[in-house]
Amino acid sequence: MHGKELTEHVVFGLGWIYLILVVMNAAWTVRSYKSRRHFELPEVFGGAEVPTAGIWAAYTAILMMIATAHFTGASNPDDFLLTMPDVIRNWINLMANPVSFFAASTGLFCLMIMFRRWLVQDHIGWLLLNASLVFTALSMTDYDFRQIVGKPDNVPIVAMLFIVGFFTWLYFKKAVENDDRIDQGRPLLEQENNEKVLVWPDLVYTELICMVVVTAGLVLWGIALQAPLEEPASSVKTPNPSKAPWYFLGLQEMLVYFDPWLAGVVLPSIILVGLMAIPYIDFNKLGNGYYTFNQRKFAVITFMFGFLPLWVAMIILGTFLRGPNWNFFGIYEFWDVHKLEALNNVNLSEYLWVYSPLNSMFGGLPTAPAGAGALEGAGYIFLREGLGIVLVLMYFFALPPILAGTVFRRFYLRMGFLRFMVLANLALWMASLPIKMVLRWSVNMKYIVAIPEYFFNI
Amino acid sequence: MSVGDYIRNSQIWKSIFRHPAPYDRRNRVIVMLTNFFLHLHPVNVRQQGISLSYTWCMGGITFFLFLVETITGVLLMFYYRPTLEWAFNDILALRDVVTLGIMREIHRWGAHAMVITVWLHMYRVFLTGSYKPPREFNWVVGVLLLVLTLLLSFTGYLLPWDQLAIWAITVGSNMARATPFLGHEGPGYQILNIGGYDLITNASDARFILLGGRFVGEETLNRFYILHCVAIPLVVATLIAIHFWRVRKDGGISQPL
Ligand code: HEM
Repeated sequence: MHGKELTEHVVFGLGWIYLILVVMNAAWTVRSYKSRRHFELPEVFGGAEVPTAGIWAAYTAILMMIATAHFTGASNPDDFLLTMPDVIRNWINLMANPVSFFAASTGLFCLMIMFRRWLVQDHIGWLLLNASLVFTALSMTDYDFRQIVGKPDNVPIVAMLFIVGFFTWLYFKKAVENDDRIDQGRPLLEQENNEKVLVWPDLVYTELICMVVVTAGLVLWGIALQAPLEEPASSVKTPNPSKAPWYFLGLQEMLVYFDPWLAGVVLPSIILVGLMAIPYIDFNKLGNGYYTFNQRKFAVITFMFGFLPLWVAMIILGTFLRGPNWNFFGIYEFWDVHKLEALNNVNLSEYLWVYSPLNSMFGGLPTAPAGAGALEGAGYIFLREGLGIVLVLMYFFALPPILAGTVFRRFYLRMGFLRFMVLANLALWMASLPIKMVLRWSVNMKYIVAIPEYFFNI
Repeated sequence: MSVGDYIRNSQIWKSIFRHPAPYDRRNRVIVMLTNFFLHLHPVNVRQQGISLSYTWCMGGITFFLFLVETITGVLLMFYYRPTLEWAFNDILALRDVVTLGIMREIHRWGAHAMVITVWLHMYRVFLTGSYKPPREFNWVVGVLLLVLTLLLSFTGYLLPWDQLAIWAITVGSNMARATPFLGHEGPGYQILNIGGYDLITNASDARFILLGGRFVGEETLNRFYILHCVAIPLVVATLIAIHFWRVRKDGGISQPL
């Protein structure tokens, strides 16, 4: 509708992706054949035992046919049938919004941790990899998806998704294995085969190979994709959307919920200070120098929550799903500049003074009479925003002692006052983003404390 | 005597490499101790310290990417002039005129890759608990390196001087306007005033210092160019040296006690 759905080029390129999938899965079939694993068919099919290799072989054959179809059918892109079905596209576009995105990423995060034992099986990992690759390939048949994902600068972000996914999986695999070993009193993975070896040749050659591979990768990447260069800079033509470099898009996304002084200055500083503080507040002596989950659940969950849903997922959101006017767009949706989104966010003080019985008693927000001095003006502001100020102060000053006395009592006793306070404050800062998000989505909360007179909005 | 032996026994070769070829155990030890580039490493390590599935090799790749960026960056500097008149045109020429012109591509993709590998390196260091004593301080050095890597990338983003560049930097640096006390739209800036005159205005606040002006212009280009090509790389190189030094002084790559 907005552009040509498919071109010869794209179909042909996708053929290559499927061909790579064929090769990958052929290798996997061989591996599976050697392992002699069997798979029991459901009763309906007679309950027979089939080697899993058979299933992978069949899947590989289907991929082979799909790849061939792409190579032979490329000349007629308009009639090409192997595309992402419209039903799915429309459904995903319809479901996509910041709320469901955040809920989904957080939900997946929880599922991943709960079902880590199931997840770390080799064939499950392989299955997920295949599913995500096929999904990406199918999505590439959509014009709008290609427009965003295919931007040269965005390619590394797509790659990053797969890489981060892989390493997270690898971590859980090793951690689960080690946790079992610890329970059974066996030596850790890292303690096996840990004798001393000479750096030359063992390490030096590994490094050499690594350098060659990275260089080759960069050269290929450089030949395949040209570095972007847009029109010459013009300070009058503002692009819409204007986006910061991709690695800051998590921060830019926070601007939706916080004012620049918080999202752009205070929160990033806190993130950095918080990162630097980690070694000094983590009092847990266990889990130093090996992968484990059970021995340091709190630390791992907190760090991963910060890294996966709050950092990586926010970058994805900011890069792929935020279009003109920073509106939200589904992955298959056209970036319409005229898309309108009703914004009727309300400050806490307005809830208190305007949308409550207080309105009829005091006649709206307390405002300083004309000609009032600075001090008197400030007094009125405190009156107006008093509730929000008290809430924020309580959040940062009353909550930590309460936590220390209740849920986190054991932490507090082991950490001591200073460490605990630092930890609690950092955790509260981190939690402030999801809290503000939920407030925004549920009750259209704009600012908890709104003092635009002094650029002080929280 | 083979040609190889002949060369290795020549006076010139021996004057450069102060040891025989590392073919036997003794010389494999000596090479690590006498070669400038290799003495970064210890002579021997525990198997785990070099296991790919343990370190993910991400620190090493980050370092290698830093070297790649340095080399391609120097090559780019031969062609690039950081002025409003030339910046964009030089980049165009790099693409259209320069033979084998993929230096800019390698530099840009290498920069993206470096950001990702730094994150993954930090991720693995966290997940193996390698920041715990005695490595706390090296983690702090690491966080500084992380920030500087991002800043390197950010300052470089402006240099092509196209629409992508100036608006990304504009959006990014607009935040500085809101710095508490030091930004002219930040909370509390009114406090810094003398006799009714604000000290913090749009021509004196944090953003102005960053940009060298009230908007992204020629001074900004100059400032970012120097930060990108000289100032930050020097700091990063120094910190990397400290980082590696500490890895060894803290007992090598972490491992179970
Ligand atoms: C320019 C950026 C960086 C470079 C070039 C770099 C390089 C390296 C290298 C080569 C190692 C040896 C082990 C390995 O490869 O994993 C290492 C270890 C280490 N790095 Fe980094 N690093 C960087 C950034 C960081 C960051 C962002 C952090 C954490 C916030 C960090 C914390 C550490 C720690 C604690 C170790 C010791 C790990 C251990 O003993 O297992 N580094 N770094």
